[in-house]
Amino acid sequence: MTDEAYNTAELVTVMSSRALEDGKIVFGGAGMPLISCILAQRTHAPRLTILFEGGVIGPHIVPGKLPPSTNEQRCARRANMLLPITDILLLQQRGYVDYGFLGGAQIDQYGNLNSSFIGDPEKPKVRLPGTGGANDIASLASKILVAMHHEKKRFVEKVDFITTPGYLQGGNSREKAGMLVGGVYQVITHLGLFDFEEKTKRMRVAALHPGVRIEDVKERTGFELVIPDNLPTTTPPSPEELHILRELDPEKRYTTPKGD
Amino acid sequence: MVRPYKDLREFIDRKDRGLREKVMSLEEAVGIIKDGDHVVSGGCHYSMTPMAAVWEIIRQKKKDLIYSRSITSTDGDLLLVSGATKHVITSWFSPGVTWGVSRVMRYFMQQGLATYEEWSHMSLGLRYRAGSMGIPFIPARVMMGSDLFLRAPDIKEIVCPYTGEKLALIPALNPDVAIIHTQRCDPYGNVQKAGLPFMDQDIAMAADRVIITTEKIVSNDQVRRMPDRTSIPFFCVDAVVEVPYGCFPHECYGEYEPLFSHIDDYVKVMMGQGPEGVKEYLHKYVYGPNTWNDYLELLGSKNIVQATVLGRAVYND
Repeated sequence: MTDEAYNTAELVTVMSSRALEDGKIVFGGAGMPLISCILAQRTHAPRLTILFEGGVIGPHIVPGKLPPSTNEQRCARRANMLLPITDILLLQQRGYVDYGFLGGAQIDQYGNLNSSFIGDPEKPKVRLPGTGGANDIASLASKILVAMHHEKKRFVEKVDFITTPGYLQGGNSREKAGMLVGGVYQVITHLGLFDFEEKTKRMRVAALHPGVRIEDVKERTGFELVIPDNLPTTTPPSPEELHILRELDPEKRYTTPKGD
Repeated sequence: MVRPYKDLREFIDRKDRGLREKVMSLEEAVGIIKDGDHVVSGGCHYSMTPMAAVWEIIRQKKKDLIYSRSITSTDGDLLLVSGATKHVITSWFSPGVTWGVSRVMRYFMQQGLATYEEWSHMSLGLRYRAGSMGIPFIPARVMMGSDLFLRAPDIKEIVCPYTGEKLALIPALNPDVAIIHTQRCDPYGNVQKAGLPFMDQDIAMAADRVIITTEKIVSNDQVRRMPDRTSIPFFCVDAVVEVPYGCFPHECYGEYEPLFSHIDDYVKVMMGQGPEGVKEYLHKYVYGPNTWNDYLELLGSKNIVQATVLGRAVYND
């Protein structure tokens, strides 16, 4: 379709937006996840409803004025409803939320995420900001999407700390721990799309982005991925998608690549 | 720790719940807080932060407070550096996503100088809600299987007696004092807050004592014209303080947006120099001014007017 230049953050944002189906309900976090949601609304999913952890159902965000937090008044603009934080998170427990959109400092082979500590939690090298609603979303939403920059230090065999449960130790360990629903549905990176093998719940390559070789992925992954014989290539971002994206984030505050 | 039921009831029993005026100065109101108290803040992140009360807590040199809040922003930095608290209970702690990880929070937690007790956002909300309901816990389907569960004090797991399913028991949290900011409140303490409700109603009901700071005090007649707008009833409230711009540099829904330029400057100092930089900030903006209005003057009238115009835009759409 096009060979228009795009950066890796834009690529991840577009691929994430495509994972969101029309007519569904998504919990959107600040930054890139939010842009993906709005992009989806403006392309293939006009009836997608965005929820914000701050207590907002179905807002209208002004292009170019993306708020740096989902807990403030600009997120509430022209919403359908404002409700307490506890109650908006509880909507997930009742089963109303299809997608949760997460990131993290680290992800492991079973899709567990860490946003609390780098190093030993008792004596951490870095104390990170923490879970926010991520643990709740990953425990309760029907399908979890994880968007991350693909780097070896982020894709680790075992996270230093499970802030946010994926499939825990693999197999049926998630269900055994009490989580009867949900789990990570897709991991979206600047190299490709990843899902989880049905039985083992190990991360599996689902597709590679144009120009990416499987060796590139292996090189940047700290654990052994499940690699099927047949690997499709994703369709690159279209001019329309990129145009809308840049209208939403003209200064590229949220769509500038953070890694190498 | 989950407090015994009789202890919770006793406190409310002793409270004067009559319809009476509670308007007082910021100094008097914050004087209610004792060293060692658990203080919970209303709002979330950089929205509806009761900053004037936080500011006064620091000026009164309170010590050994437990500070809790749904999401903690620059308020947490200031309370740590001033020595008011060494124990923060929250779900996320940093100024905001675009400003990076708080160097102050990192310094205190990585050096073991303070505790960051981390709960998921919903479980923290359920802790206040259980507290507000006068029950010791709420069962929920979060925190399970995670390392957060292993580190959180007091959380337990049960097998549901009805379904046989595993559940986490989220323990009640009943703070000593809640500090909450609102757009309007009457002299008796009927709070009519607009915009995002956050966890304010639950924390008011959960806490033993409640301090309300408000953009303006309205008459009880005004409240009675729109009783459906009241979210916290007067008998929960112990103090009402009129503090215009009481959230600055954070936002107050429909009244003013955050002073982003001020927060940018703060973050530069905080991230550049860590706790030492924040000490200087405290001297300039907290200990220096004689009154809250003197503090506002330091923020600059042009900036305040601009933030006000942007804040009011919510109602002009």
